[in-house]
Amino acid sequence: MTQFSRTAIFLAAGSALALGACSREAPDDLPPPPVGTTTPDTGPTGPTGPAPGSRADFLAQAASDTIFFETDSYDIDPEDRAILDSQAAWLLANPSVRVTIEGHCDERGTREYNLALGERRANAAANYLSARGVDASRMTVISYGKERPVALGSDPASWAQNRRAVTVVPIG
Amino acid sequence: MAISLPTISTLRRFALGLCLAMLGSAAVAQEAGISGPIEGDVIGGISNPTAIAVPDMPTPRAVDTPAGNTADLGRQVARVIEDNLRNSGFFNPVERQFLRDVDMPQVTAPDYPAWSQVGAQNLVQGYVQAGSNGRLTVGCYLYDVFAQAPLERAGYEVDYADWRRAAHRCADMVYARLTGEGAYFDSRIVYVAESGPKDNRVRRIAVMDTDGANHRFLTNGQSIVLTPRFAPDGRTITYMSYLNDEPRVYIYDVESGRQRLLVNAPYMTFAPRYSPDSRYVVFSMAVNGNSDIYRVAVSGGQPVRLTNTPGIDTSASYSPDGRRIVFESDRSGGQQLYVMNADGSNQRRISFGGGRYATPEWSPRGNLIAFTRLGGGFRIGVMRPDGSGERILTNSWQDEGPSWAPNGRVIHFFRTPRGNALPTLWSVDVTGRMIRRLPTPVGASDPSWSPLRN
Repeated sequence: MTQFSRTAIFLAAGSALALGACSREAPDDLPPPPVGTTTPDTGPTGPTGPAPGSRADFLAQAASDTIFFETDSYDIDPEDRAILDSQAAWLLANPSVRVTIEGHCDERGTREYNLALGERRANAAANYLSARGVDASRMTVISYGKERPVALGSDPASWAQNRRAVTVVPIG
Repeated sequence: MAISLPTISTLRRFALGLCLAMLGSAAVAQEAGISGPIEGDVIGGISNPTAIAVPDMPTPRAVDTPAGNTADLGRQVARVIEDNLRNSGFFNPVERQFLRDVDMPQVTAPDYPAWSQVGAQNLVQGYVQAGSNGRLTVGCYLYDVFAQAPLERAGYEVDYADWRRAAHRCADMVYARLTGEGAYFDSRIVYVAESGPKDNRVRRIAVMDTDGANHRFLTNGQSIVLTPRFAPDGRTITYMSYLNDEPRVYIYDVESGRQRLLVNAPYMTFAPRYSPDSRYVVFSMAVNGNSDIYRVAVSGGQPVRLTNTPGIDTSASYSPDGRRIVFESDRSGGQQLYVMNADGSNQRRISFGGGRYATPEWSPRGNLIAFTRLGGGFRIGVMRPDGSGERILTNSWQDEGPSWAPNGRVIHFFRTPRGNALPTLWSVDVTGRMIRRLPTPVGASDPSWSPLRN
């Protein structure tokens, strides 16, 4: 019992740390969230566009559903922040939508370590969104370690694509 | 599943050539579930393996059994023994074209000059007999051909379906007697069977005998499964599953086939391993980007936290006396190996070489820790528990996840090739000289060796 209460304390401390790290750059300095720069790949939008709150709508409105990381890192860089700001704007406009944030790694780490590293990455994204006002209870994090790559090669370009956190809006 | 040895007097009666009552059993077709051995290649090997002859084993009376006719079983048992000995790297079996037929009287009175003539230093003979009790008896006799002397003998009584286990136990007797090492052939391997492309891979928990026979899948592939480990008592297997998209550690009961959640927590649990007495599991839990090591009873209950540092603490493995735990942590920057007492006290770093160190597993002998070393590629290595005497045993692009054989002499690991190809299982001995691929029906990773079966 005491173990889990300590865990909870650490959870709170961890969030505070993450927020502290993210607040190095004042929110006012952030570029405005780009809107409508991504074309949805789910077919023609038609006269009314994707249904509000849908995955297609999210992909159309947010700059991207994916941020990328450096090797063995879970730092959120300025490019990531711009993408996450656009995701946060959409999530705040669609407050009933719950999302899953997936953390992934490239293949150059051992399996168990990469599970933990992917969890760090997913939490880094979730903590940033939380700091931008998205209720933490709307976000579920899951790490896939190196088990679900998108690029199949064993080369720097593939590894860069696989070190990622993906914000997944449910279909429908 | 326990095997009772025939009494010495039974073997003596055999030595006198007295074949006692054998009741014929109804002819039954060989069970489809019994699969044959899978061939593998030994790469490298020791410089001077022992030449050993394993002729077909005669039967006092050819009888049909649920596992086949005893005359055929005599041939198959000899081949299983021969394959085990060859694959250990310590033995160079005499080629089959030079093997002679052995009749029942010769089992206990070998033709030493003839075996010497084909170059055999040692000789394994035996017999296969269908018993009146619905079980199979395999007699196993080891001889020193040069000294013209018997070295050891044993008898194994098994259910027909377990005929391969009698062969494994005979090979274990020969291996242990001639190498001075502990036995390990009569054991199993649990691992992750992998199939399909890298971005949509299907993973299933699978078990097989150490030689690849009796292969079966324990999970159906609908959820990702990772890092299975056999309990030291062989009764359960712990592993991680993404069932319901919640990556958690489970306990699988080998006999009933049922699985249950180990710890009910809203966080990812992973990297499980048993304590030597099979009563506890150590595992990692990830809470908001921080992974620490916990211990919990196999039956469940409240976990006890063992590490408490910011960073990733994972891949915990008990020493065989249960008093210490080796694990990896990136608390100093990159992954390095640490040892602590079983209650989490006295945590100290033991690896200091270049690169990173990961996935330690403590040898069942206690004298070595196997690990994955990262730097350029992944390689398997061993070091003493104080961090001294490091030796790298393999050299490939990605060798990962060492698991010790019950005798602390052989290590299994998995090798991942570049690109989209499937990983494969390999074994290497602690000298690094004998490396061998373990054939599996599909791709394979995360091998874990069972204890010796008894």
